Amino acid sequence: MKRLVRLSILPLAISGFIVLFWLLLKDVTIDVLQPTGQIAQEQRTLLIFTLALSALVVLPVFTLLSIFAYKYREGRGADYTPEQEGSYKLEALWWGIPIIIIFVLALITWSTSNSLDPYKKIESNNETVSVQVVALQWKWLFIYPDHGVASVNELPMPVDHPVHFKLAADAPMSAFWIPSLGSQVYSMNGMSSELNLIANKIGEYKGYNTNINGQGYAEMQFTARVTSHDEFERWVEQTRTSEETLTMNNYETLANPDTIEEPLFYRLGDTQLYDKILAKYMHSMPHTPDQPETHDHSMHQHGGH
Amino acid sequence: MDWSWFIGRFSAEYLPSDPATIGAAIGMPLGIIAVLAAITYFKKWSYLWNEWITTVDAKKIGIMYMGIAILMLLRGGADALMLRAQTAVAPSGVELFDTDTFQQVFTAHGSIMIFFVAMGAMFGLINIALPLLLGARDVAYPFLNSVSFWLFFAGMVIINISLVVGGFSNGGWLGYPPLTGLEYNPGPGVDYWIWALQISGIGSLLSGINFTVTILKHRAPGMTLMKMPIFAWSVLVSMVLVMLAFPVLTATLAMLSLDRLADMHFFTSDGGGNPMLYVNLIWAWGHPEVYILILPAFGIFSEVIATFARKKIFGYVTMVAALLAIMFLSFVVWQHHFFTMGAGANVNAFFGIMTMIIAIPTGVKLFNWIFTLYKGNIRFTAPMIWFMCFAFSFTIGGVTGVLMAVPALDFQVHNTMFLVAHFHNVIIGGVLFGFFAGIYYWWPKVFGFRLHDASGKLAAYLWLGGFILAFMPLYVLGLMGAVRRIDTYSDPTWQPLFIVSAIGVGVIALGVVTMVLGAIYSIWKRKELADTDGDPWDGRTLEWSVPSPAPHYNFAITPQVTRRDEWWYQKKNGIKPPQKSDYVDIHLPKNTAAGVYIAIAAGLAGMGLIWHIWWLVAVALIGLIWIVLQRTFNDDTEYTLTAQQLYELDRKASL
Repeated sequence: MKRLVRLSILPLAISGFIVLFWLLLKDVTIDVLQPTGQIAQEQRTLLIFTLALSALVVLPVFTLLSIFAYKYREGRGADYTPEQEGSYKLEALWWGIPIIIIFVLALITWSTSNSLDPYKKIESNNETVSVQVVALQWKWLFIYPDHGVASVNELPMPVDHPVHFKLAADAPMSAFWIPSLGSQVYSMNGMSSELNLIANKIGEYKGYNTNINGQGYAEMQFTARVTSHDEFERWVEQTRTSEETLTMNNYETLANPDTIEEPLFYRLGDTQLYDKILAKYMHSMPHTPDQPETHDHSMHQHGGH
Repeated sequence: MDWSWFIGRFSAEYLPSDPATIGAAIGMPLGIIAVLAAITYFKKWSYLWNEWITTVDAKKIGIMYMGIAILMLLRGGADALMLRAQTAVAPSGVELFDTDTFQQVFTAHGSIMIFFVAMGAMFGLINIALPLLLGARDVAYPFLNSVSFWLFFAGMVIINISLVVGGFSNGGWLGYPPLTGLEYNPGPGVDYWIWALQISGIGSLLSGINFTVTILKHRAPGMTLMKMPIFAWSVLVSMVLVMLAFPVLTATLAMLSLDRLADMHFFTSDGGGNPMLYVNLIWAWGHPEVYILILPAFGIFSEVIATFARKKIFGYVTMVAALLAIMFLSFVVWQHHFFTMGAGANVNAFFGIMTMIIAIPTGVKLFNWIFTLYKGNIRFTAPMIWFMCFAFSFTIGGVTGVLMAVPALDFQVHNTMFLVAHFHNVIIGGVLFGFFAGIYYWWPKVFGFRLHDASGKLAAYLWLGGFILAFMPLYVLGLMGAVRRIDTYSDPTWQPLFIVSAIGVGVIALGVVTMVLGAIYSIWKRKELADTDGDPWDGRTLEWSVPSPAPHYNFAITPQVTRRDEWWYQKKNGIKPPQKSDYVDIHLPKNTAAGVYIAIAAGLAGMGLIWHIWWLVAVALIGLIWIVLQRTFNDDTEYTLTAQQLYELDRKASL
């Protein structure tokens, strides 16, 4: 009886955890696993494939460990070979099989690092929308230089149109991430990083800052509002006629460290605003570049695309 | 009158103001005063001074490291409870702590757990076990060992003073600038973080040198490198990493403090500096650091498994090869901590692939352990249960690690709760479980009695169960969009998962309580649990050939080694009782207070730098140099134990 109780503890515990997590997860949305954009979609496929590949090692580990631990425990009278030193055949097996698995994974890593490179433009028949993103303490400024508008904490995007982001920060290092759409990238001051995303489904998706940048960090969220192209154009028209104009002057007020509750929308009064924000961090460079673009992200290797 | 020349930038505004810190600010000094009063009342000062504070005996230094590590585990654990309590109630509108406190708490949690719990427990166990496993009488530089410990202690004191005066850094455990730069963080918090790490980090570097030399030069006669226990190999590799990586940490922190003290521009975006340089440098130390911690834990498991399966370690040569492979690879993977910083696709791919290659030698070690169990005769004592829990948890952590090594996947989980769950998976499930196994395994060797076994097993199960409850929800939360280091969130569907996670931390806390109570119970029952012959586990390696608790000279007669698992075969072939003529005079290091004085000077210099009290910095540094010089010119640092004395001591210890 006692033995039965002991033997049943482990299965009971495992089923307990499974039931608990099923209850926890049955009604929730998991953004990364329920993507609405092509990039996030490919990343989900990659995630599932990598997990399956890992299972090829994990399952034998758990199985063998459980069997050996059970079979060769003290007092069971199973075979006992204290002098066994090793076995070249067996050891070759567990050097060899992981090497093959990692080789396969390495090939996939190489190809997906290129195909899912955040800097890589997304091919589409639809026109690409350009957005310049500035991380502020603690809000997100989105500048649409081609459309002459800007917004704070709301990111309107036309569905099925690739969006090319340039990102910078006028704050400590921050990071821009919309889990439903894929790929996060750091935004830093005095330099531009890049990100390409596409939304394939109309809806509202949460965006986050993933890198701590001070007091209001947790509240530094935004909404990616994906609409039809027509509706996006209507929003642009409407915003271009709005009374609020964003220039370097009122930008400095906007950049004050605080959080805001409701999104803001502006007519863009200064098409060079993004470059001026970048240049704020270059004033005391030994050779001040006239064109901030030349100081593009220095770590990025442009080979390959 | 202006006192700022005397007190630096200290002012009343840096005294604690909110209830939580006032509580700590009153409680901590009271606790210290109570302890000091008790020492005085029981007249233990001279015992403490002569036997502990001035000791150069590696085992005693090891015990002190362990004591501090366990104390800091309680502090860091309390921090963890605070963090998860806050996220459990956040959407209900309750704010247990303000954001600034929350950010200080997670910075303190990470810094304390890595630098003062994991590093402390690692150096503690190495000090206790390594010389004994090597058949050595002591470490190579016993005095340096004392300096290392007291520098570690000084760092620990500094990080805890910040709780009372001035507050701690709010920039995360690796403190990326510009957030930790002057512009965004002018106060003393970041300086506390810098100098606590800097001073204890120098102690770690000295230990790295010390243990490397010990392994290379102080092995028992006959013990070639390939006859060393695997634990010694894993410590060797780990200490080589310490020597290579810690100077990088020291230099990086020095540059950050120059940015802060002298307004230099190493890591600012203006003035020609670059914060990305900092991120690269800190991880050039930070990634090897992970292996510095995990490899000794691997070594402990190798000894534990061979002992309790009563079998040779399976595939000794491949175990060593795997360790060396990990040593080299650990230096070419640091960029995987910031795939999202915008490096090119091929750079990301290179570092990603190097990272997953580490999974190969790690997997080899796991399979070798499993096949050491194959056709063994396994006793499931507490250390073995810790191994089983480790094997489960670490494997899952390994899988999520490989997932994050794929750059294209990392873009979706980086800096989220998924990452938090992953590194706790390997650091709790790997490093801590390994060190706990080591504590239960080597405890009798230093204290002369075993720890209560059933409470050790129960603690392991509680830790594992608590771990699953605390961190599996975090994996999911990360995929749902929960980023790390948040104190509030707007999505109410996250709350149930955060509540389960908080409960999990509570279960882990129960595990800690079980371990502490188990230890107290064992001390109470130490007669029943006594280790009478010095070999409670029917061990294989040389530490079990000496009586328990191990005498301060470790081995009365230097052992001769002919093969691996020397002690196991000596027992099989019959041990010759030593003759009186076998004993020879030995030289032992004298106790010294210089280590403590050096650490006090270093600590005061650190406090001066934190508070900009320049006269204190000058006085402390001059004092430090003076103590070092005085020690250097002191030739009277050893004493002799004659053969006759040794013979009598050994007979008494063996009885």
